[in-house]
Amino acid sequence: MQGKNILATRWGIIGVGAVIGVLAAVLQKLGNPGNMGICVACFERDIAGALGLHRAAVVQYMRPEIIGFVLGSMIAAYIFKEFRPRVGSAPIVRFVLGAFAMIGALVFLGCPWRAVLRLAGGDGNAILGLLGLTFGIWIGTLFLKNGYTLGRTQATHTTVGWMLPLIMLGFLALTLVFPQVVGQDQSGVLLYSAKGPGAMHAPLLVALIVGLGIGFLAQRSRFCTMGAIRDTVLFGQTHLLSGFISLLVFAFLTNLLLGQFKPGFSDQPVAHTMHIWNFAGMALAGLAFALAGGCPGRQLFLSGEGDGDAAVFVLGMIVGAGFAHNFGLASSPAGVGPHGIAAVVVGFLMCLFIGFSMRRKVA
Amino acid sequence: MTTTIDARGLSCPQPVILTLDAIKNGKDKELVVLVDTDTSKENVMRAAASQGYRVEAVAPEADGYRIAIAKD
Repeated sequence: MQGKNILATRWGIIGVGAVIGVLAAVLQKLGNPGNMGICVACFERDIAGALGLHRAAVVQYMRPEIIGFVLGSMIAAYIFKEFRPRVGSAPIVRFVLGAFAMIGALVFLGCPWRAVLRLAGGDGNAILGLLGLTFGIWIGTLFLKNGYTLGRTQATHTTVGWMLPLIMLGFLALTLVFPQVVGQDQSGVLLYSAKGPGAMHAPLLVALIVGLGIGFLAQRSRFCTMGAIRDTVLFGQTHLLSGFISLLVFAFLTNLLLGQFKPGFSDQPVAHTMHIWNFAGMALAGLAFALAGGCPGRQLFLSGEGDGDAAVFVLGMIVGAGFAHNFGLASSPAGVGPHGIAAVVVGFLMCLFIGFSMRRKVA
Repeated sequence: MTTTIDARGLSCPQPVILTLDAIKNGKDKELVVLVDTDTSKENVMRAAASQGYRVEAVAPEADGYRIAIAKD
């Protein structure tokens, strides 16, 4: 199917941002945690918990939205003949970037998607997060201007592109075989949360369908929250930014309609008020996303269209979530974890090392 | 002579950076950009248009697209 891709136009991406904003607020109404209708980092962290990669009892749930994002993107990629299996652009570096992106995001308590959803729900702390995100991405653009590159991918077997989608299908199968039992923290091999954010979720089928729909639309529109800020800073190009802002505006309006808008800094859901670390955590995440070429959502959508390196980034994030909770790096509503600050410093050093050392020879 | 930029296999936003660099540095009024994904194709075409270039031709190839852009 060739021809014009309407969703990749300015109005297309604004429309997709609007759909995501509305659906995120609705998912919260249907049971997802506060200001967390959709959060790619938090949901992958919950998946790590469901698999027992960490044992933080309050954040364990196999989030169907994430499964839907990958599979929805894959369906779109196949329908529009854009499925191109490719791999080989420094996958181990992408794994490390994914892990530190997750660690930074969990110091703030959210990915860029949740940062705008928190703002749309009235959480002022999100402003610090978004400023930090912009700062981290700005550092990334300096590297990009100086020839930073992870190298080229190569075309590969279809099987490679199928790996993450198959893993996601496996996760879905586990959820169906071992469904949640009310009040219990385990069902077969899967862990569940009896209380806390992990216990709050929209019905499985609704979450899965919304995830599939968003995955489909985002693949077509190339929706990317990191790219939104990066392209604005780097090129003065506001194409992706218009989608990101549309998400904010429509989530805000939907929150107002549903009575979910509660302005303030303190007592916000799944948030803390340590401004410096909200800023710094998200700055680390932003830098890692910029160096990896996409926000956490975009990495899922790229995985769906056959990008094996993006899939490695996703796995890096899930494993990073395991470290974040096992090592006490993740924040809680009480503030940063015991070793969260050290992890942010280490993460920055690693990202700077990668940024400075991986450059193409500028002619 | 036409400058050819091989941006195949590169992550966002490198195809756009390479294209804009070539537009700024080059004396050529015509450029050819090779990309491997539809996203890169759209991004390069958008970037070219923002610099006053028009897209002369987009040819599908085995491993992506060949985009010819030019300025009068």
